[in-house]
Amino acid sequence: MKVFRADLHIHTVLSPCGDLDMSPVNIVSEAARKGLDIIGITDHNSTRHCKLIKRLAAQKGIFVLQGAEITTKEEVHCLAFFENTDALDLFQEFLDNNLPDLINDPDKFGYQVQVDENDIVIFEEKRLLTNALSKSFEEVEAFTHNLNGLFIPAHIDKLKNSIYSQLGFLPVNMKADALEISRLTSPEKFTAAHPEIKGFTITRSSDAHFPDNIGTIFTNFSMETRSFSEIRQALKGVNGRKVFTE
Amino acid sequence: MKITDLITALDLKVISGQNGLDNEIKGGYVSDLLSDVMGNAKEGEVWITLQTHQNIIAIASLKDLAAIIIVKGSVPEADTIEKSNTECIPVLSTDMDTFSVAGRLFELLKKE
Repeated sequence: MKVFRADLHIHTVLSPCGDLDMSPVNIVSEAARKGLDIIGITDHNSTRHCKLIKRLAAQKGIFVLQGAEITTKEEVHCLAFFENTDALDLFQEFLDNNLPDLINDPDKFGYQVQVDENDIVIFEEKRLLTNALSKSFEEVEAFTHNLNGLFIPAHIDKLKNSIYSQLGFLPVNMKADALEISRLTSPEKFTAAHPEIKGFTITRSSDAHFPDNIGTIFTNFSMETRSFSEIRQALKGVNGRKVFTE
Repeated sequence: MKITDLITALDLKVISGQNGLDNEIKGGYVSDLLSDVMGNAKEGEVWITLQTHQNIIAIASLKDLAAIIIVKGSVPEADTIEKSNTECIPVLSTDMDTFSVAGRLFELLKKE
């Protein structure tokens, strides 16, 4: 087995809170500089930068998990990742259909732009992407898993937009492929305070909004090679694959 | 005041948890953050929220709340309704928003 270094929570300039320097080109070169083998692209309620980043990253030998950071109806943030373009497109349609029609004010919240490989703006998302979808935590989970995606509640230790802050405790029979903790805690500390998460795989990622953040926290994947299926097995801890944090 | 009196006074709709309608009301609490309700709501309070997730019932049961009022005509998930019936926590619904229903509840409790 080989060990691959992964940062699975990275915002781009498309997220209103993502820095203008978080263009696909810059993200890929920064990820390469930091020695990352796998990156997850997770803009708020949008997957529109994934395909370009996947193409650019392939040229530098970096594997991309394509997805988004969803805000559920309860305002819980969750990461979802998809294996292929068909699933990604269906998920984008789900996001478009369930995002409220509230217009972004770039002066207050930040720009929501999609750029090409020359950093030229090719699309501006008019609706504010950070708003809550009209779908519940369980509905987002079910939709993601129906598309064979991976579902990871984000930064569960945080006091806002986390499962614990919004829903008080883990919903019974929650179907998550992993739970993400932020840089503010450690797996040992958090598990000690929340023994109920034993049995779930823990990931740590940067939640980068600025290039400097990329790769500052990461998760190691021990597996044969880099593919969606290998990553799924590592998260499940099956067939000798596993995930570990430092 | 009992939950049944509150239903009449505020014209609330009973969604589920009929077996808890005789619960006595000792106060009210307003929050949409379940972690906050878990930490701060007190026994016998009526909880006003826009959350409809099944976890609201577990929290109401844990804190011995008298009932939950769901605002703005939102419809709870099937899981929530089922758990509300099991736990005998009434889930009530109103088309009013949180501000209005909390104001009305406050006035009613002040008169007692």
